[in-house]
Amino acid sequence: MSQVIELFLEFGLLSFVAFGGATALLPEMHRVVVDNHHWLNDTTFTHLYAIAQAAPGPNVLVVTLIGWEVGGFFGALASTLAMCLPMSILIYLLIDRWESFSGKRWQKAVSLGVAPLAVGLIFSGASLIGLSAGFGVGGWATITLVLAISLRWRSLHPLWLIAAGAVAGLAGLI
Amino acid sequence: MLVDERQWMTADEFNAQLGLCQFLPGPNVVNLAVVVGKRYQGVAGAIVSGVGLLAGPFVIVLLLAMLYDHYGSLAAVQSMLRGIAAVGCGLLFGMAWRMGAAIKDKPAFLPFTILTIAGIAWLRWPMPLVMLGGLALSGGVAYWKLGRQ
Repeated sequence: MSQVIELFLEFGLLSFVAFGGATALLPEMHRVVVDNHHWLNDTTFTHLYAIAQAAPGPNVLVVTLIGWEVGGFFGALASTLAMCLPMSILIYLLIDRWESFSGKRWQKAVSLGVAPLAVGLIFSGASLIGLSAGFGVGGWATITLVLAISLRWRSLHPLWLIAAGAVAGLAGLI
Repeated sequence: MLVDERQWMTADEFNAQLGLCQFLPGPNVVNLAVVVGKRYQGVAGAIVSGVGLLAGPFVIVLLLAMLYDHYGSLAAVQSMLRGIAAVGCGLLFGMAWRMGAAIKDKPAFLPFTILTIAGIAWLRWPMPLVMLGGLALSGGVAYWKLGRQ
């Protein structure tokens, strides 16, 4: 039970810095869950990320999977609520005043200032997934290929690439 | 769906509110659901739309987690997940690339991207600290630049 509470507090704190959504939190979730608390190992973390990628629904659900592996059903519920609830409440209270913030100099400054940080977070998340999966040549070749394809054909649905990745993995190429 | 099918809001309203949801931290879609829900039904609407958005995927993901607990140790499942993780990783690099390319003033702001990567991926500093420090610096530069225009 104490683990569930700890999970709730850790993820609740993280939800306030999740600029760029749950994806931007991958490196920090890895730090908290794998490095600090040793709740999961590198391999399981990578697997959970893969499952969340393949599953339908918003990508915040990787948090649900981590919660499940750490603390069962209540872990899953606690981590999901911790991630969604604080900002939901805040946004509920703020939305009516949004008109008066919108276009102010400080609001523009935060929007502009946060973008380069979000890019750094997502890049870090990608590197950490790559490193903790311990990919060899096949893995990094796949990553490069997917990067090239996703930049060249932007309208391609990622599910096609994910399915291809699953097949390539099964074939022992990655 | 909200704009085209039901006409619950105009495209402009949708974009303005999506802008707010992307500006604030947290899962964008959940934030947006709360905003739209509140607009129509107050507290009840906000709760229903937030829960409604997440409940189905939540159940699916738990079923997948149970399957993983049973079959995750099989070699075939592990190599399949490895393949998916590699693709996911490539997609993340692609997302970072596109977001980076969309930054207008690159010489002023890309250094903060590099500092974030150094702090998070290399030095493994706690993210709340990196974000607060980074936002103070990067937001400060943006504030100063906005004042000069």
